Amino acid sequence: MVPLNWYLTLAAALFCIGLYGVLSRRNAVAILMGVELMMNAVIINLVAFWRYLQPTNINGQVFAVIVFAVAAAEASVGLALIISIYRRRNSVIADEMNLMKW
Amino acid sequence: MPIETLIWLIPVPPLLSFFLIWLFANRNKALSHTIAIVLMAISWIISLYVFLTAITTEHFGAEVFGHSVPWLPTGDGALNMGVMVDPLTAGMLFFVPLTCLLIFIYSVGYHNFGGRLDPHDVHSTGSPAHNGVEPMYSRFFAFLSLFAFGMLLLVVADNLLMMFVGWEIMGLCSYLLIGFWHGRNYDDPKKITPRQAAVKAFMTTRVGDVFMMLGIVYLYFHTGTLSFREILYNEDVLHHLAETPSYIVGLSVAAMVGLLLFAGTVGKSAQFPLHVWLPDAMEGPTPVSAMIHAATMVSAGVYAMVRMFPLMSAGWHHGEALTPPMMAMGFIGAFTALFASTIAVAQRDVKKVLAYSTISQLGYMIAALGIGAYIAAAFHLITHAFFKALLFLGSGSVIHGVEHGVHHTHEHIDPQDMFNMGALRKKMPITFWTFLIGGFALSGFPFVTAGFWSKDEILADAFVANQLVFWVLVISAFLTAFYTMRQIALTFLGEPRTHSAEHAQETAWTMTTPLVILSFFAIFAGFVGVPEHFPALGELFHNLNVNRFHEFIGGTLIEHPEAVEFNVFPLLASIVVGVGGLTLGWLVYGWKPLKAGQPDPLAKPLGPIYTLLENKYYFDELYDFIFVRPARWISEVLVYQVMDKNIIDGFLHGVARVAVAIGIFFKGAEKVIINDPPDRLADFTQWLGRSFRVIQTGRIQSYLLIVMLVAVAFGGVYYLMLSGLVK
Repeated sequence: MVPLNWYLTLAAALFCIGLYGVLSRRNAVAILMGVELMMNAVIINLVAFWRYLQPTNINGQVFAVIVFAVAAAEASVGLALIISIYRRRNSVIADEMNLMKW
Repeated sequence: MPIETLIWLIPVPPLLSFFLIWLFANRNKALSHTIAIVLMAISWIISLYVFLTAITTEHFGAEVFGHSVPWLPTGDGALNMGVMVDPLTAGMLFFVPLTCLLIFIYSVGYHNFGGRLDPHDVHSTGSPAHNGVEPMYSRFFAFLSLFAFGMLLLVVADNLLMMFVGWEIMGLCSYLLIGFWHGRNYDDPKKITPRQAAVKAFMTTRVGDVFMMLGIVYLYFHTGTLSFREILYNEDVLHHLAETPSYIVGLSVAAMVGLLLFAGTVGKSAQFPLHVWLPDAMEGPTPVSAMIHAATMVSAGVYAMVRMFPLMSAGWHHGEALTPPMMAMGFIGAFTALFASTIAVAQRDVKKVLAYSTISQLGYMIAALGIGAYIAAAFHLITHAFFKALLFLGSGSVIHGVEHGVHHTHEHIDPQDMFNMGALRKKMPITFWTFLIGGFALSGFPFVTAGFWSKDEILADAFVANQLVFWVLVISAFLTAFYTMRQIALTFLGEPRTHSAEHAQETAWTMTTPLVILSFFAIFAGFVGVPEHFPALGELFHNLNVNRFHEFIGGTLIEHPEAVEFNVFPLLASIVVGVGGLTLGWLVYGWKPLKAGQPDPLAKPLGPIYTLLENKYYFDELYDFIFVRPARWISEVLVYQVMDKNIIDGFLHGVARVAVAIGIFFKGAEKVIINDPPDRLADFTQWLGRSFRVIQTGRIQSYLLIVMLVAVAFGGVYYLMLSGLVK
């Protein structure tokens, strides 16, 4: 059986990739994609801990499903915002969205 | 209705009339004078009824009508408000409301009621109407009514306080009515304007009133009451007052009070040295001069003295030395009588002559009281009221007639100057005949005029009591007759000296009717006082039961004064000076009538004396120098410059400066203590914000980076803590 650490390592790697994407990409859609990756890393963690530590309890899976739902909602709201900005300013570059900057 | 209630009601209608006109009727001229006259008539009818009841009551005087109620509570008791009618009051009630009523009626014509409204007059409120009806007509009647109220209140009052209230109301009305034409100005700056005259009258009488009030307070202090009955008809009280020393120049309390009250009369009745206001009071409308400054108000001063006579003469018996107040009255009265009659000789203004003659006649009454001739004074008071009101109204009629001529001819002359008149007897016959009757009454024309009987009686009393007073009065009686004839001759006889006099016109019936009625009394009022022992006539009138004045008025006093024995010398003197004065006046002014522009024939022989008389002995100038200018100097230099500007203002400015300094100090303290710390706090907050705003990039990614770094940092710390490296 694959040890827990492997999953955790995978999740950490995935999280870091997502984080790097969020921090480094200029395109807002790509940032959103990075966020999705980070979410998925978290879900892997959740499922892995459930499977290895408390497999008899269904809470872990329920939690994972809730995070999916949240992720989906977040993605749709995020995309809607980005589309709205694009329509208005003809750009999806995060740096250019500086209307509320000091 | 009981007689007491009626007495209470006597002063009420005029007061009611004042308020009605003032509050409701002042826009309607006809309604205003109707209210005033009707209510005055009601007052007169009530008074007449009271008078008739009084003279038909047996032994009236011992029993009087009176009623009083507590008014102002004081420590032990209360000051009462009450009315009283004794024989003296009854006498006053006979002539006061009657003359008031006649003057009210006269005023209707005097103010041209019914005449067209001159468009120039509508806007010139405060100056006399020229041809049209007076713009302030309603106000005039309101003031007259208030005045009548004051006088009637004074007459029926049963105590000094109420009397003083009426006295002061009249003072106020006198002020208001003298200054009635307050908008009037003259080209000649030396001529006194109605405004100034009003202030002068008010201030001068005020001097007397202050003394009078002191007298009242002093009297109250010693007796604890101000009621006439309790003081004047109580021998114990009078005796007590006469015996108690006042510790002031050796006078008794009675003498002190008497002198103080007399000072009030000196002001009110224009006796020397406070006479200066009365001639200038002639600036008021003529009905006012007649009513206030001849018939009623100035008589109120004499009335007060007659009323207070028992106090004045407390401790005096016939034939003994006079008390100090009586001596003061005797000398001031006699002096005023002579002094004023000399001035009257050289006056040009028809009303001024009468004004000085009023002062002189009031002096007669005061002198009569001073020598103890109580009844003679009261008698002269009543007859004088009639003939002097008649003369004043007559002079008003003359002025009115000449003014008519002035408007007709457009001449620029003074319609009151007698030298601009002449021959008015043809133009104004009713005025002439009534004026003649009044003038002869004033001169004391023997037997047929009221003035003769009253004046003769004063002289008869003076002859017995004091020779000096007698001779002074005789000389002034002579002068009185002389200037009266001068006035009549200049005004009515000879040829017209101006075109205005030529075009003068008889006045309306509202003005002439009162003249006729008053001239009736100017003749017949004297017969009630014909001495019983007078040859032939005394017997005749005694049989007719007419001459009851002595016993009636005498009933006022506790001790009925004895009539002086008949003496032919004062009678002869009286006839000689009366007729002699008139004759001399006629010889000087009537024999060869003056032509236009001719100076007074007296001016040349009298020389500087005439100038002196014409200028009223320079009393106005003297008072101006002694009182007015120092008062001005005190107010302008001492009070204004020194006290007000330096001391009071200096003090106030000092206070202000201290306050400003305190303010500046607190302003600084406030800055350091209250203002600065919050400012520093705000500055700090601002600095903090400015410093940290660099991390507020607005770029989501930099935020996230910070989040990551912080998370890593916390994660590191946590890890170290878990691994036991950091405790």
